[in-house]
Amino acid sequence: MAQLILNHLTKDFGGKGADRVRPAVSDVSLALRKQGFLALLGPSGCGKTTVLRMIAGFEQPTDGSIELGERRLSDATRVLPPEKRNMAMVFQSYALWPHMTVAENVGYPLKVRGISGEAWRKRVGDALSLVKLTDFADRRPAVLSGGQRQRVALARCLVTEPDVVLLDEPLANLDQHLRKSMEETFRAFHERSGATMIYVTHDQAEAMALATDVAVMSEGKLLQVAPPAEIYARPEGRVVGGLIGRGAIVRLNLPEGGARALDWPLLGAALGEMPAGEEHAGGGPLSDVLVRPEQVHRDSEGIPMRVLSSVFAGERFALTLALPDGQSVKAYSSVPLCEGARVPSS
Amino acid sequence: MLGRPLRVMAKARSWRWLRFAFGGATEEGAERSREPTRAPLPKALTRTLRGFEVPPSPYVTEDRSPKTNSSKAGTGWRAAYFRLRGQRMSAGGEPAWLLALVFGAVFLLSALPLIRLGWAGIKGLEGGEAVRVLFEAATFAALRNTLITAAGGMAISLFVGALFAFVVALTDIRGKLALSFAFMLPMMIPPQVTALAWVEMSGPSSPLLKTLGLAPPLGSPQPLYSLAGIALLLGVQHAPLVFLAVKAGLAAAPRDGVEAARLSGASPWRVFRDIVLPLSSPGLIAGAAIAFVSGIGNFGIPAILGIPASIETLPTLIFSRFASFGSSTFGEIAVLSTLIALISAAGLLLQQRALKGRDYRLIGLAGARAAFTLGRLRIAAEALLWSILALLLVAPLLALVASSLVPAYGVPLSFDTMSLNAYGEVLFRQSMTLTALKNSLFLASAAAVGLLAVTIPAGYLLVTRRGRLASLLAILIEIPYALPGIVLAVAFILAFAAPLPLIGVSLYGTIWIILAAYFSSFLAVSLKPVMSAFLQMDPSLEEAARLAGAGFLRRMRDVLLPLLAPAAGASVILVFLIAANELTVSALLWSAGTQTLGVAIFNLDDSGSSDLASALSVLVVVMVIGLMAALEFLAKYLPEGVLPWRN
Repeated sequence: MAQLILNHLTKDFGGKGADRVRPAVSDVSLALRKQGFLALLGPSGCGKTTVLRMIAGFEQPTDGSIELGERRLSDATRVLPPEKRNMAMVFQSYALWPHMTVAENVGYPLKVRGISGEAWRKRVGDALSLVKLTDFADRRPAVLSGGQRQRVALARCLVTEPDVVLLDEPLANLDQHLRKSMEETFRAFHERSGATMIYVTHDQAEAMALATDVAVMSEGKLLQVAPPAEIYARPEGRVVGGLIGRGAIVRLNLPEGGARALDWPLLGAALGEMPAGEEHAGGGPLSDVLVRPEQVHRDSEGIPMRVLSSVFAGERFALTLALPDGQSVKAYSSVPLCEGARVPSS
Repeated sequence: MLGRPLRVMAKARSWRWLRFAFGGATEEGAERSREPTRAPLPKALTRTLRGFEVPPSPYVTEDRSPKTNSSKAGTGWRAAYFRLRGQRMSAGGEPAWLLALVFGAVFLLSALPLIRLGWAGIKGLEGGEAVRVLFEAATFAALRNTLITAAGGMAISLFVGALFAFVVALTDIRGKLALSFAFMLPMMIPPQVTALAWVEMSGPSSPLLKTLGLAPPLGSPQPLYSLAGIALLLGVQHAPLVFLAVKAGLAAAPRDGVEAARLSGASPWRVFRDIVLPLSSPGLIAGAAIAFVSGIGNFGIPAILGIPASIETLPTLIFSRFASFGSSTFGEIAVLSTLIALISAAGLLLQQRALKGRDYRLIGLAGARAAFTLGRLRIAAEALLWSILALLLVAPLLALVASSLVPAYGVPLSFDTMSLNAYGEVLFRQSMTLTALKNSLFLASAAAVGLLAVTIPAGYLLVTRRGRLASLLAILIEIPYALPGIVLAVAFILAFAAPLPLIGVSLYGTIWIILAAYFSSFLAVSLKPVMSAFLQMDPSLEEAARLAGAGFLRRMRDVLLPLLAPAAGASVILVFLIAANELTVSALLWSAGTQTLGVAIFNLDDSGSSDLASALSVLVVVMVIGLMAALEFLAKYLPEGVLPWRN
C-alpha cells in the first residue's frame, strides 16, 4: 500500500478586490504513515474539508501537490479525476443513491469495474455482513435509519479495497448513542481493510478515540500532527492547546530554558508569586502554560482560588476557578461548591 | 454586448407569464428552503422580471467551490496527458465536448436568428423606407390601442389576482389547492381559445345565452369586439400572474409580525392595512408590471377580438404587415418589434423604480402563513371566489362547449339540436384540422423530448460550472423566450429563408422551421424543471459515483438521469402543453400543410366556422386540463417550485 503525501498543498478560492479572502488551505505538508488512520481536526471553516476534497480530486490545488507512492495525483496544472484514483469516501450526507437498493448502492463501484454475477453477489454480501446489513440488501436507502445509511455508505467503501478511504464528518448527523457504536465499526473496518484512512471531524473526542495520528488545522494552516496521546500531552502553541482536551491556558512568569512539563514546586512558585490585583508585576517574559482540569487538585498546601462557577457535569462537577491575579483555570470536583467560595477553604 | 439590452427589453411575449410562473416559484422555493429566515420575495421577483439568472447554488460553500479554475489549468501537461488518454476533462469532471455541444446548440437556436434579425433591422433603417412606418397613422393607432388594452388588462388582473391571492394565502378557506389549480387554468388555456370562448358566451348569437333566453336581439353588436373587450380578456388571461406574484410574497409574511400587531391591539382590518398590504406591495407591483408587459405582447386575444372590429394592436399590426408582404416588410417588422420591446422595457424600468426601497427582508419566522380566521364569513368568501371563477372560467368554457354542440351558427342549444357533428367533422372529416392536429402533436412532442437533449447537459453545465461562460449561456437560453413570439418568428424567417449552406435546402415553408423556432422559444421552459432538479440534488451523489469509478457518461446514465427523471417528465409535459397550443410563432411560419392547432382554430374562426373552432378549442382545453392533472399527479416526485399552483 502506497504512502499518501501532501506536499505544500495550497488552495485559494480567489475572489477579487474586496472579496479577496485568505487561502482556504495554505501550505499543508503531511506524509501519512502507511495504513494509518489520520484524523483531520479543526473548527469549522478551517479548511479540513477542502484538504479532503483535494485528496479525492474534487478540487484542484492552486499550489503544491498530492502524491500516492510514486504516482502524482494532483498539482496546480493537472488533476487525476476522482474516478481514476481508487479511493472511497463516506460523505457527510452519506450520498446514497435513492433509486438503487442497498445492495445496488454497495455494489455500484464493482459494477463500474465490470464485476458481475456470482463474484459481485459474493463481495456485496461480504461487505454487507461486515456492517451487519445483510437483511437489508433489497431495501431502498429511504427506509433506513441514519445509522443504517451510514453503514451502507461504509460498506460501499469496503467493497473495492480502495487505497485511501476518506471520511467527511461521518458521524455529524448521528445521535450520541449511535456515534459510539459507529466508532467501533470504523475501528474494525480500519483494522480489517488496512487502507489508509483520513477522517475529517471537529469533534476531538472522536479524533482521539479513532485515529493513529491527529492533525490539527486552523485557518487553513496545519498546526501539529502527532499521535493522540502525544498531542494531548504536548500540544504546540495556544491554538492546539485550546483545541485539544479541556483545560485553560494561563500566562505565567517562568524561568527560561526549563523543561516542558512543569513540576509543582516550579509551578507553585510561578503561580504564587503573582499577587492579587497587580497585573503581572515582576517583569520577565510570560509563558503560556496549559493547565488540564484533571491535574488541578484540592490541597491545603496549594494556592487559594475563588470559584467562578460550578456546573454539574454528570459524573462530577466542572469548576471554573480564578487565580489570585484574575486568570482562570478549570478543575473537577466530586462535591458541589458555592459560587464565590474560596478554595481551599482557609 | 448584445445580450445586455436584449435582456432588459422585451419581456413582451405572450407566453411570458410562464417563465414567471415556473421560474419565479422555483427560485423562491430554492432560496427559502435553505435560508428560512429570509424573505426572498422582492429580489426573486425582480430577478425573474429582469431576466434569467442562475439562482445561487445552495451548495456553494467553503467546502464546495466554484469550479471555474479549470480554464486556467486547461493547457500544457494536463491537456497532453488527457489527450493521450483519448479524452479531455475539466476539473469539474465533464468532458470538454459537452461545453462545445451545448454552446453550439444554444448559439444556433438563439444567437444566430437574432443576429440576423438585428442585421435586417439595421439594413431597413439604412434604406430609410422602414422608418416611415413609425409615422403612419396606423402605427399610432396600434400603439394607442396596445397601451390602452395592456393598461386596462393590468388593472383587471391586479384586482382579481390580488383578491384571490389575499384570500387564498391569508385566510382559512377550504379547498385552496383546487382554487389555485382552477385559477391557474386561464393562464394555461391558449389566449385564442379564451377569446373564442368569451365570444361564444356573449353577443347576440351565443348559443348559451340563446338557450337561456338571455341573448340580446340579433344585430346588436358583439360587446367584446372592442378595446374594453380586449382589455377584459387580457385581464382574465394574466390575473394568475398577479396571483402568483402576490401569493409568493405573502408566503414569506411573518406570522410573528401579524400576531404582534394583533397583540398590539390592531383589529384584523388594521393588521391587513398596516402590516400585510405594505409587505405585499412588492408582489403587487411586480405582478402588475408583468401583467402589463404580457398584455403588450399578446397576439391571440387582439387577433380574435380586434381584427373583426378593425382594432389593431402592435402584434396584430406586425402580423397583417407580414401578410401583405412588401419590399420593406422585414425592415418595418424589425422597427415595429423594437417598439414593442421599448414599451416593455419602459414598463419594467417603471416597476424597478417602484420596487426601489421596498426590499422588505423579513426578520423572524418566514414561511409560516399568517392566517386570519374568517369564522362565519368563510362561507361567503368561498362563495365569492368560486362564483368569480364560475364567471371568468366556467361560463366561457360552457359557452364554448355549447357552441361546439349546436349544428349551425346562431341556433339555440337544446336536446333536439344538440349534435356531436362538429367533433366528428374536426376529428375525422376535415383534412385541415386533422393535419393541424397531427402537426401540433408532432411539433410539441418533438420539441418537448428533443429539447431535453440540450437542456439536461445545459442544466448540468450551469450548475457545476459558474462564472462568465455560464451566465452567457443562461442569457442566450433566455433571450428567445423573453422576446415576443412574433419577433422570434420573424427572426427565424430571416435566418432560414435562404437555403441552408452545404445542403442547399430551404427550411422555409416546411414544418422544420416551426420546429426550430419552438426549440429556440421553449429552451427556457424546458430548462427550468431540469435546472431546479439539478440545484436541489445533493452534489455528493455525483461525487460518490465519481469515486466509485464511474466516468461522465456512466454516472450520467446510472445516477443523474434516474434522479432527474421526474423533472424531465415535467419538462416534457410543460413544453408539450405550451407548444401544442402555440399560435404566435406558427401564425407567421405556417404554410399550406404545416398549420398547427392554434392556427387552425384561428382560421376556422376567421372563416366563420365557429362550431368547428369551438369543438377544436374544447379538445384543446380538455388536453390542457388533462396534462395539468398529469403534472399534479407527478407533483410528489417533482422538485419544489415546479408547479405554480402548489406551494
